[in-house]
Amino acid sequence: TLAERTNLAGVRHILLVLSGKGGVGKSTLSTELALALRSAGKKVGILDVDLCGPSIPRMLRVQDSAVHQCDSGWVPVFVGQDKAIALMSIGFLLERPDDAVVWRGPKKNALIKQFVTDVAWGDLDFLIVDTPPGTSDEHISTVEALRPHQLLGAVLVTTPQ
Amino acid sequence: AEAAELRERLRAVRHTVLVLSGKGGVGKSTFSALLAHGLAADENKQVALLDIDICGPSIPKIMGLEGEQVHQSGSGWSPVYVEENLGVMSVGFLLSSPDDAVIWRGPKKNGLIKQFLRDVDWGEVDYLIVDTPPGTSDEHLSIVQYLSATHIDGAVIITTPQEVSLQDVRKEINFCRKVKLPIIGVVENMSGFVCPKCKNESQIFPPTTGGAEKMCQNLSVSLLGKVPLDPQIGKSCDRGQSFLAEAPESPATLSYRNIIQRIQEYCEQHHLQEEKIM
Repeated sequence: TLAERTNLAGVRHILLVLSGKGGVGKSTLSTELALALRSAGKKVGILDVDLCGPSIPRMLRVQDSAVHQCDSGWVPVFVGQDKAIALMSIGFLLERPDDAVVWRGPKKNALIKQFVTDVAWGDLDFLIVDTPPGTSDEHISTVEALRPHQLLGAVLVTTPQ
Repeated sequence: AEAAELRERLRAVRHTVLVLSGKGGVGKSTFSALLAHGLAADENKQVALLDIDICGPSIPKIMGLEGEQVHQSGSGWSPVYVEENLGVMSVGFLLSSPDDAVIWRGPKKNGLIKQFLRDVDWGEVDYLIVDTPPGTSDEHLSIVQYLSATHIDGAVIITTPQEVSLQDVRKEINFCRKVKLPIIGVVENMSGFVCPKCKNESQIFPPTTGGAEKMCQNLSVSLLGKVPLDPQIGKSCDRGQSFLAEAPESPATLSYRNIIQRIQEYCEQHHLQEEKIM
């Protein structure tokens, strides 16, 4: 679709942050990576596809933000010291932060597809995609939805044990 | 007919405990394994440990059962026995190599979970412990749905002290309430570290918003206990040994044992109340 071609067309590099294991520091790394790249003068966006446990909004102190729509889709929330990092997370769509997103795979897949194609990212040097633990619906759908675009690659996070 | 089949298979299970967390890497599998070991210390109790973390099954390694295969008999799949009274089932046993990724969507995962419950010949079980993956998704919905054929005593929810964990755990608590799953209580893992050399206590994961204690107060759930960090725990898990047996003097062992006792008391009391009603 035209929107699909437009919304990710301005993104130079897409990076996935993965781990089979939970609690190893994916979201922490995604956040620090984004902040470091921003410090180096790059235009950065973060896509948080952890639907059950979205951690990025709190890490960037925007857990109380709401998202708005514009003509080309959803407007990301701008975070960081100079409000120049673009962030989209399902955390922003929850009415109450303690609400559990108790969805089965198909519903999660639909939302991820929307996240990938309907966020008005604009021009970015790097889009960092933070993922939940595992190798399931979210991962399959994210990779599928991103496939038509240039995927730089994946960074895998672990702990020593 | 399916529900009846499940009910029949699970008829001989007296108590069922789910181990949950919204957050990954907080110690669900570690706790599930130690709960199983702790309960099985009583030779008169038959304990079953079911690992439904299909993408990241840790239980085989933690129980020292890596490389074991599942056997089929006339009466179904046999669990793998660690002790005579402690049987284990995990998708890990079905993989040809431990590095094989199980890249399945929800419906296929649900199918396997149902098969575990329907086809595993557990026999008579006093305690069925179910270890789950992080999150609130297919696996969790399915296990609650399928186990409604029998009776779930309740859920033990695991967390660590920091807010990034607690915010996911609050969701899990809400999930339990939504599906009417009783909450036995919350366990706070990685709660402080006492240096074995200088005996000073450090907060490796500072409870910046009051930790599990404050969360439990706010949400009116029971705090079953706090377990300090002990590097021996991770080592024991990696080596497939019971930490409780390897480090009987550790403060963490004491905490775990207290928590296990409280869970046991909860289940027994529950049973008594049910019998009274009947």
